[in-house]
Amino acid sequence: MKDFNPAPETASIVSVTDRVTNVKLDSPATAVHFLGDVAAFVGAEESVSFASDGEVKPVAVHGGGILCSASDGKRIVMGGDDGKLVSLDAQSTIETLATDAKRRWIDNVALHSDGAVAWSAGKTAYVKAPKGEEKSLDVPSTVGGLAFAPKGVRLAVAHYNGVTLWFPNMGAKPEFLEWKGSHLGVTFSADNRFLVTSMHEAALHGWRLADSRHMRMTGYPARVRSMSWSAGGKFLATSGSDSVILWPFASKDGPMGKEPGMLAPLQAKATVVACHPRDDVFAVGYSDGTILMVRIEDGAEILVRGNAGEPVAALAWNAKGSLLAFAAEDGDAGLLAL
Amino acid sequence: MSEAAATKIPVTVLTGYLGAGKTTLLNRILSENHGKKYAVIVNEFGEIGIDNDLIVGADEEVFEMNNGCVCCTVRGDLVRIIDGLMKRKGKFDAIILETTGLADPAPVAQTFFVDEDVREKTALDAVVTVADAKWLSDRLKDAPEAKNQIAFADVIVLNKTDLVTKPELAEVEARIRAINPYATLHRTERAQVKLSDVLERGAFDLDRILEIEPEFLDDGGHDHDHHHHDHHGHDHHHDHGHSHGGMKHYHDEDMQSLSLRTDKPIDPTKFMPWLQELVAKDGEKILRSKGILSFKGDDDRYVFQGVHMMLEGDHQRKWKKDEARESRLVFIGRELPEQAIRDGFAKTIA
Repeated sequence: MKDFNPAPETASIVSVTDRVTNVKLDSPATAVHFLGDVAAFVGAEESVSFASDGEVKPVAVHGGGILCSASDGKRIVMGGDDGKLVSLDAQSTIETLATDAKRRWIDNVALHSDGAVAWSAGKTAYVKAPKGEEKSLDVPSTVGGLAFAPKGVRLAVAHYNGVTLWFPNMGAKPEFLEWKGSHLGVTFSADNRFLVTSMHEAALHGWRLADSRHMRMTGYPARVRSMSWSAGGKFLATSGSDSVILWPFASKDGPMGKEPGMLAPLQAKATVVACHPRDDVFAVGYSDGTILMVRIEDGAEILVRGNAGEPVAALAWNAKGSLLAFAAEDGDAGLLAL
Repeated sequence: MSEAAATKIPVTVLTGYLGAGKTTLLNRILSENHGKKYAVIVNEFGEIGIDNDLIVGADEEVFEMNNGCVCCTVRGDLVRIIDGLMKRKGKFDAIILETTGLADPAPVAQTFFVDEDVREKTALDAVVTVADAKWLSDRLKDAPEAKNQIAFADVIVLNKTDLVTKPELAEVEARIRAINPYATLHRTERAQVKLSDVLERGAFDLDRILEIEPEFLDDGGHDHDHHHHDHHGHDHHHDHGHSHGGMKHYHDEDMQSLSLRTDKPIDPTKFMPWLQELVAKDGEKILRSKGILSFKGDDDRYVFQGVHMMLEGDHQRKWKKDEARESRLVFIGRELPEQAIRDGFAKTIA
């Protein structure tokens, strides 16, 4: 990233806070995604607000709370407490992809690069390929998280006491990776060799998929709510501590037997992390409102936002890595162009 | 109450054995003109006749915490639902959580003790148990769930009193009191209880502990209950205080309460380790515990409460000048090791 100039010899931190454009949202956002170079702030309820060139345009998408969202850069797919799965593209085209017959909450959503969508309501996970039939799988308890494998149509479904790996296009019995406890978030490594879950307790759990070997990734003071893979999948950056915890995944054993890196320590809890899509840099938001950009190589920091008070709720980069969007719990939001 | 606590959304847990009248009470809460909006978490959709877009179905999914304690169970679905409901904060004033008739209230209560996110946003207000006056005595014999629900309750709505005779009512009340003498008890027909008697009780608020519970540690077993009729379309309230004169005394075989008191100051360096060890060892048997303590050399009242192995405690306020500095503890549980608890507590006196 050519604009990353932390100038480590100076005593005070380099700040780019004066280059942040404020985005005025009508109501707080809980997630943000980029559709091209337009930032789309997903509200806690009802609408998504597109922000570009100083303009904010809200689009109504749900008849209630928006519980989950995922984006592939071309569209955002969201699940709501109105039982609907809705997609929205940059042209504000809204399409209802699914409606739960019992109006159950759509708790989780995941997108595949080939256009397939996965979602869940209660104990049931669903997959629908762009031209395919809707398929479903019931797991033993409510789905905590969903993730598509980077290769092939394979879906990881996190739930109590483990993760079910499902090939929706094959008749084979789903594989089960067991580990006691409640598994919430789930993510595959970019090389498809590891699977990591964030748990209800303050810990991650990982498996090496080749041999189902366990990786215990513990020591967090708080629950891990945010996980982000660095460019090329060398590190998994995580929230849940007063610094960003980086688990090394570059070697064939992943983080097994290795200490994680700890960068950007603050007197606050990291709430959300988002790795730059091309460079070994991540953005991190904290419970006191601070946002930093941090270079993984040497931990050099640039201040994006001061400790404005309310926790940072969401961060996202555009695909080129030239724009960073953020939203805080109190509704404050902004854009940084690099 | 601290500022943070004041902004937390209160959660009322509505429990009771099958057919006792939970849904009747819930429908009343939702339909009565009280100017409040409730988000409702139910186990069974469709039973509620009220149009409310904030009704959520729950699966009552319990999981064990990975801390080596078998009684540390948490309702994971509740964590998720409360997180989801909070997306719509500002749209409701309180949450009512209805459990199934067979549910154990402990995992619900424990969720509010252990889950940081749930604790941050919401506060457990009270466990309200609806009991069927006609059938409860039988259920206490054959259904451990019914007994748990009575033992756990802060408020007991003894419903369908019109279907029993006076002696039958006295009997079922005596059986309830044998298990839980501390809950506030209301006798009702068709679940006609004043909503202020079941909502916003603050039963788990450390700042209000003991002060809103006249029955707490009242060894005499006086009840200050109110009787609610609805024969003429409005409520009458008859005070039936001190009606214990003719009450039969029961001793429940496996569920009891135990109260301890002393006017001698307690040594906190002995008390805390004793209490922690007690709940670590016997926490599975202890459903609920509460206490107010006068520590040696401390002008503040110390209060604590617990569910199974989980405890929370804090300095509450200064002892008042005219107030007896007395330490009081109560345990409700199954096969409580009474003598060991009494002996252990006695050793914590400074």
